[in-house]
Amino acid sequence: MHVSIPSARLARLTPYVYIAPAVLVMLAGLVLPIADALRLSFYDWPMGTDWDSARWAGLEAFGEMLRSPQVWTSMGVTLAFVLIAVSCEMVLGVALALFLEQPVRGMRAFRTVFVLPMMIAPICVGLIWRYMFDANFGPVNQFMGFLGLAPQAWLADHRLAFAAMVVTDIWQWTPFVFIMVLAALQGMDHSIVEAARIDGANWWQQIVRVKLPVIKPILIVTLLMRMIDGFRGLEVIYVMTFGGPGQSTELFSLHIYKAAFVSQKLGYSAALSILLLAVVTVLSLAVLMMANPLKGERR
Amino acid sequence: MSARTIDPERTPLGSPLHYAILAVLALVCLLPMVLMGITSLKTETQIFNTRWSWLFVPTLANYQAVVQEGNIDRYLLNSLKISLAATLLTLMLGTMCAYAMARFRFLGREPLSYATLILRTLPPAVLAVPVYVIWSAWGISDTLSGVVLVYVALNLPFTIWLLYGFIEQVPVELEEAAAIDGCGPFQVFYKVVLPLLKPGLAAASIFTFRLAWNEFILSFILTNRVTRTLPASISNYITDTGVEWGKITAAGVLIALPPLIFTFVAAKQIITGLTAGAVKG
Repeated sequence: MHVSIPSARLARLTPYVYIAPAVLVMLAGLVLPIADALRLSFYDWPMGTDWDSARWAGLEAFGEMLRSPQVWTSMGVTLAFVLIAVSCEMVLGVALALFLEQPVRGMRAFRTVFVLPMMIAPICVGLIWRYMFDANFGPVNQFMGFLGLAPQAWLADHRLAFAAMVVTDIWQWTPFVFIMVLAALQGMDHSIVEAARIDGANWWQQIVRVKLPVIKPILIVTLLMRMIDGFRGLEVIYVMTFGGPGQSTELFSLHIYKAAFVSQKLGYSAALSILLLAVVTVLSLAVLMMANPLKGERR
Repeated sequence: MSARTIDPERTPLGSPLHYAILAVLALVCLLPMVLMGITSLKTETQIFNTRWSWLFVPTLANYQAVVQEGNIDRYLLNSLKISLAATLLTLMLGTMCAYAMARFRFLGREPLSYATLILRTLPPAVLAVPVYVIWSAWGISDTLSGVVLVYVALNLPFTIWLLYGFIEQVPVELEEAAAIDGCGPFQVFYKVVLPLLKPGLAAASIFTFRLAWNEFILSFILTNRVTRTLPASISNYITDTGVEWGKITAAGVLIALPPLIFTFVAAKQIITGLTAGAVKG
């Protein structure tokens, strides 16, 4: 059959027709807003005023950002939160997965229950734990009373509110680590473990020398994904404490939100967004290097 | 990744300790949610009682209040419309794009795939201000379609990534055989590829629906009193003088219910979606 030139040209266009709608939507909804954030960050523009009243400010917003103690406090809170919450989640999740690795009857039902905290809306999670930690009637304080401990004003104290935020995140996301690691352990080649066992490796050696090294790429990806989420997080804390008391639970995403919609400084909040974007992009590039779905075929 | 498929009859029972730990973990997961559910059935005086009590006469008064005063039926409808439209559009556009990326070699394919992967982690807080500004300029702020557009855009990267993996696993020979049998490109896709994509589509639709149904901050910024979604209406119950606990927990239960039901119906697909990409050999 003879192939006419127009149909060959048509064939070359086919993939572009397929990707065009998705690409256009992502350009309009993601790429254009990022570009606009970059543009806005060079302007001083109070919210609610006309664009005409916006003033070209050059790098002023970035200077203000780097000098602002609030920015560094919020960054510090976020880093401490990510560091503490994610380490606890990793240690707990990996330990539980190793301990409960053996497939047992009924595991599917339990796994379903463990998924629930990450499926419900983040604002529901914030609501639930604002209630749990309430100073007057919160179940946490009632439980403390049951144990003979003094009740605490959890969300009114700087350190306790931070701890409450960490506990909430651990509650919500440890199951994610557990499920990822469990899937990795159950999917790994068991003849390696068997060989190690025959060679006389004890339970601990099997874990540290064989299992953990084999699933290391998945551990790292899980860790990075949790860290990225720590920087993205906003809604749970919006409902739970709105960043307070003071700035003690003001994660960076919430700080950006407040700069825009409370302080009404659009240009300045755009500059903060660019900083957050840089941090998250570095982290996700690291994920890409660890788990590139395209890497197999490129070899 | 498919874990070794295990015949439920042959799966051994675990030790009592194994089940004891699982039970404690399940209790820790469930108890806070259950307590919120119970609170939504209490009167204000019972809630503010400093001693928790399991014994009380449940009342639906809080639910009545949020429906009658809170316009919650309208917000529920908005949420449903937005979530369904966003899910449908994301699946359609995402499947087309993932199919082209898996089956064609074309200029721009690699940059597109990397861009998709990077955009997956975009923080919503970064989008908030510029989307608000652009949507206002385009005149689609305060409309349902404006919210749908940003949700579809937010969901596409993950959906494309997930479906790409599934399409790649469909042997090309299957498609070639169908083409030789006289199927056109559309028929090949519809009759051969699409049925094999079902698990991936199921996982993608659950995660898209979850984001659209649960999302709060962008909806809060982009909607007004009429177009508000259910999660964004929560802020009505947090005032300067305190939280209206009865009503807010009732609204919270209504928001949490659909994802909870989904989880019980499609736990397997959810696990697929959660572990996709990372657990992939």
